[in-house]
Order: sequence, then C-alpha cells, then structure tokens
Amino acid sequence: MRLLTHNMLSSNIRGVVNGFPLGIEAEKVVEREVELSAEFLRGVFPKIEWGALVAGARALGHPDLLPGEADASMLASDDFLRRFHRALLQLHVEEGALVCPETGRRFPINKGIPNMLLHEDEV
Amino acid sequence: MPRPELQAPPEIFYNESEARKYTTSSRMIEIQAKISERALELLALPNDGIPRLLLDIGCGSGLSGETLSEHGHHWIGYDISQSMLDVALEREAEGDLLLADMGQGLGLRPGVIDGAISISAVQWLCYADKSSHEPRMRLKAFFGSLYRCLARGARAVLQLYAENMDQSEMIMTYAMRAGFAGGVVVDWPHSSKARKAYLVLTCGPPSVQTSLPKGKGENGELCSDDDESDGEESQTVGIFERNRPRKKFRVNKKGKGREWVLKKKEQMRRKGHAVPPDTKYTARKRKAHF
Repeated sequence: MRLLTHNMLSSNIRGVVNGFPLGIEAEKVVEREVELSAEFLRGVFPKIEWGALVAGARALGHPDLLPGEADASMLASDDFLRRFHRALLQLHVEEGALVCPETGRRFPINKGIPNMLLHEDEV
Repeated sequence: MPRPELQAPPEIFYNESEARKYTTSSRMIEIQAKISERALELLALPNDGIPRLLLDIGCGSGLSGETLSEHGHHWIGYDISQSMLDVALEREAEGDLLLADMGQGLGLRPGVIDGAISISAVQWLCYADKSSHEPRMRLKAFFGSLYRCLARGARAVLQLYAENMDQSEMIMTYAMRAGFAGGVVVDWPHSSKARKAYLVLTCGPPSVQTSLPKGKGENGELCSDDDESDGEESQTVGIFERNRPRKKFRVNKKGKGREWVLKKKEQMRRKGHAVPPDTKYTARKRKAHF
C-alpha cells in the first residue's frame, strides 16, 4: 500500500466521526521505482492532506523527506516534486497495520494489502 | 452452469482454483480486457494524457486494473476475495489493493477520486450471503460512499450482469437515490452472449455532459467478436421441432471397403492417435461361420 492510498482512506467503522488519518504501524517498507509524472502530481496535490502525508512518511522511516508545510507554489521546484513523488507513489508498506484514530481498531496489512473488512458489529 | 452469485458468497466462490482461471484462461483474460477497455472509454476522461486516480471496484486479479495502468492511470482496487488478490500480486498489479467489502462502504475521503470502474461485481450486492446482510442497506452504503468519494463531474462505469429486470431496477434506484445521474448503456443488445450492460453514472446534476453515450450494435450493427462462434453456443440454441425425424443410418451391404479404412487410419495417425499398422488383414472380411 502506498501513501497515496493511505491519504485517501479513512476508517469506515459505524459511529466513527473522524476516521482520518489512519495511523500506520510499518514493519516492512519497500521502495519501487515509478515513472514521475509532474501533471499527475500537480493534479493530485490539492486533494492531498499534507499533514497526513508527512506523518505517513515519518511512520515509514523517512522523517526528513517532506517539508512540514507545502503550498501549490512549491510544485514548480523539481526537488520538491521528486520528494513528493517518492513519498506518494514509491514507498510501499508491505507488512504492518493501519490503526483507526478513534477506536484504535487495527487493520492488518499482509503482503501490501490492508484488510479493511469490518466485523458485523462495526457495520 | 448456474450463476456464480447463486452458488456461494464471493469470498468463497472465488477460491484458489477459480482465481487461477484468471491467469490461465486466455479467453477470460481477453473478455475482461475488452470490457475494461470499453468501461474506460465510457468513463470519458478528458483526453489530455494526464494520469488520474481511479477506483476499480471488484478488481479481482487485477486484469481490469492492467488496462488502467496501460493508459497511465493510478488506481486503487477493492476486492473481497483474498485468493483473487493473491493472483493480482502474482501478476504484479500496479495499483494499490485493498481487501474490503464494497457493501460496507468504501471508506474514502470525499471528492478525491477522478473516476471509478467496476467489472461484473455490483450484482453481488443483491444477494444476502450472511444473516447480517441486507441487500438494500448494502447497495445504499455502496452507492452513498461512491458518490461521496468521487470528484464533482466524475463518472463511474459499472458493468454488471443483473439476473433479471427487478435486480437491475433495484440497483438503478439506489444509484439515483445516492444522487447519481445517468443510466444504462447496453452493448450488443441483440446478442445473448456478447450483450453487456454498463451503468454509467455521473456525479452531480444532469447536464449535457451527463447525456448517455450510445451502446454498440444498437442499430443492427454486427458484432465482430470472434468468440461469438466458439463452443458455448449450445446455451443459446433454441429447439424448433421436437419430433424431428432421426437421421437414417445408411447401411451399405458391402461395408465401407479397404480404401475407406486406410483413409480413416491415416487421418487418425495424423491426429497422433495410436493406430495399428496396415497389413494384409486390414479391413478384410471375416469368414462367415458360427
């Protein structure tokens, strides 16, 4: 699972008001090379919750990869785009868990696939 | 074969052996690729070459996602079957995969997704597989969360095999209730096999943009699919005459003769069967004795 998906995903448990962002417990992180597309990054930037992305990168062991604050003007810089691209699309959580911020429920990640299935009483 | 929906819940039906078919059967792969190509076309993304973030609901082994990746898009795939997702991993699907139940809602932030496709998956929502399942609630949760996560003006194209009119009506009703505009596009409506129904939904109020594209083969255009003429025709062939006279077996008094036997044996040899060698005894008549 990439941080792109993590940034879109929120906890779906019944009664949870603010299920975003999910905490990440990363046990194994891998990096896979992906072609950089500046247009995609510019298009997706307004939809990204920056704070959650920075927190995600920190949880994956890259605390200095991204600046703490970002705005659209920074997209002109190549260095920023590369860092943004690496954090968003190249880092994968292979093993670990996602944690609901409100209830503390853990969603295990196996082989890079988070198990988001809810129990009957959580729907 | 009964419909898979009537046999077992999806997470059970798509077990390892069923999932394996999606890597080995070139026919299945081809059909899936064709449908997802068409779904992407119906999604009508602006033709500017910019990659988008798409959803693939019921992504299974990632065949449909492969089409999305080929067009350069990033995608998030949902599926309920672990076996199918394992196959997707094997095929090195480029999108992110989630093990989740669409009937529990998608759980995405509002307005972040540029489009969604789903190949032969949504009809599963109409079946209650567990005591806690209530199809109407599940349809409502699914379409509600889909509507929320799509950006304004974004489309969702859901290809589905509805069992009957009631079912497709029910699905449509819940899509409309969630706020979607749109309708059904049917490709090849006159063919029982190639017929494919796509639910094309648009986020937001009806406008020029939300007008439905035309289905293929609506005005008698012929379906060029090669797999039209393959072995499974028997399902669609009707019986016209019940008491058709049996074909009479022509019996020649003399039998077929040596030449005919040699020709047949040669044919079988060419096919690779084990055939006894030709000798002077071949096709010789037996003595008439008791």
